[in-house]
Amino acid sequence: MTTTRRTILQAVLATAAAAILPPPLKGAAQGRPPATKPIPSTGEALPVVGLGSWITFNVGDDPVLRDECAAVMAAFFDAGGRIIDSSPMYGSSQDVIGYGLEKLGRPSRLFSAEKVWTSSGDNGPAQIEESRRFWGVPRFDLLQVHNLVAWEEHLKTLFEMKAAGQLRYVGITTSEGRRHDLFEEIMRTQPLDFVQITYNVVDREVEDRILPLARDRGMGVIVNRPFQQGVLTQRLEGEPLPEWATEIGASTWAQFILKFIVSHPAVTVAIPATTRVDHVRENLAAATGPMPDEATRRRMAAYVQDL
Amino acid sequence: MPEWWTYRLEDFLLFSPRVYWRMFELHNAAVWPLQIPALALGAIILVWIVRPRQWPDLGSDRLVSIILAAAWVWVAWSFLWNRYATINWAATYVAPAFVLQALLLLWIGSLRGRLHFAADRTVRGVVGLALFLYSLVLHPLVAPLVAPLAGRPIQAAEVFGIAPDPTAIATLGLLSIGAGGAIAWLLLAIPLAWCVVSWATLHAMGASESWIPLTAAGLAVLSRLWPRIGSGALR
Repeated sequence: MTTTRRTILQAVLATAAAAILPPPLKGAAQGRPPATKPIPSTGEALPVVGLGSWITFNVGDDPVLRDECAAVMAAFFDAGGRIIDSSPMYGSSQDVIGYGLEKLGRPSRLFSAEKVWTSSGDNGPAQIEESRRFWGVPRFDLLQVHNLVAWEEHLKTLFEMKAAGQLRYVGITTSEGRRHDLFEEIMRTQPLDFVQITYNVVDREVEDRILPLARDRGMGVIVNRPFQQGVLTQRLEGEPLPEWATEIGASTWAQFILKFIVSHPAVTVAIPATTRVDHVRENLAAATGPMPDEATRRRMAAYVQDL
Repeated sequence: MPEWWTYRLEDFLLFSPRVYWRMFELHNAAVWPLQIPALALGAIILVWIVRPRQWPDLGSDRLVSIILAAAWVWVAWSFLWNRYATINWAATYVAPAFVLQALLLLWIGSLRGRLHFAADRTVRGVVGLALFLYSLVLHPLVAPLVAPLAGRPIQAAEVFGIAPDPTAIATLGLLSIGAGGAIAWLLLAIPLAWCVVSWATLHAMGASESWIPLTAAGLAVLSRLWPRIGSGALR
């Protein structure tokens, strides 16, 4: 009866969220599935918008906020989302994700993306196992070396886990443009499935070398901090969207930014973090409808730059 | 840390302001009604620093040190270790420092009797008394006073002996009154460091009251240096 319980629980959470929040946006929340892209190393399809957990899911043991996070996760899965990303660095986020997954009956569509973040390679396996227990999953789909900390030792562990069938994908992460030279070097020499970087309509350094390199090497790209932790969307809040935004199906700045990111040919998925059900719906809706072509992407970047 | 100069204060903030402030509400509810005896002990300290007592085997100075040490241990265990660490893993590294502060207070103040808490009209005495009174009476009111702007209720009040900021500020005040020489700096180090950490946290969150712990620390240091640059007495 697990399926029935899960279905009822998801319906209850979604109903509760719908009762207190604005009506859903057009797109994913109306039943249109989000666009997907293939993971280069396997061809497995991933919805192009995922869910990050940096800051937003670090709510400790606050029961009210834990339930709010579970409601965000319910709306995320309801709108067709799959990949949720976290890290041991993110405080209680792993535990809160595990709480949400348990409450939602462990959705089968989950694509679990975690990180290993410890300065000692010897401590990596124990940390990974602790993270797995927090999530309550049998194994992670993706494990990434967080910010390249002890990357040589951890990558050795992760590749061994992948070979043993304890892990499906291996990756590395950085954020806000840090250590890109080393990042590229690792990309050139290691058989990675994923790289995670910061990219958005104003932080575009990765367009020069890292994104082309990811395509050449057949690596998936996960984009973190698409809204600069809210700074970018707050800055654009008072500015008008261009009239031609409707041509790409963007009705908000968040959708405008997400569509810019995920329409890059090398990008696999963007992982915005949020504490709000209406925002997660808005984000997933950005994965539906028309996407900008290269000329429109240039126009989008120029428009924001001129504001 | 690689490329440390690229990090901003905000990059070290692991939680949102909402989570941080709700944490005090949850903590106060969890330890209620301990706030009442904590404030009562604070009031007793206030009486003793105005009128120090000496009983046959024990003086109020040593009891003040014991109460302060108990407050530091309690905050380390109940707040830092069990509460704050759930959203900030760095708190697990801070908690032992709070225990160390308690041990220093016990050793220097209670066992060796080197602290004498008698408020006088010197600069250090007045500043110390002001800091202690602030931590006991006014600091708990900061949350409800800014509530119209931040939506924080009285239930989120930060109370001496329960939360770290008022405990650290109270200790700075009492040490301004009662500690002298190199020992004072030894005992001031951890409360001062906490005030800086708290300022950094509040500042990164954009909290308007971030200046409070920094100002308290600054006053404690300035009053400590005052005798070297002028008269130590107001009268």
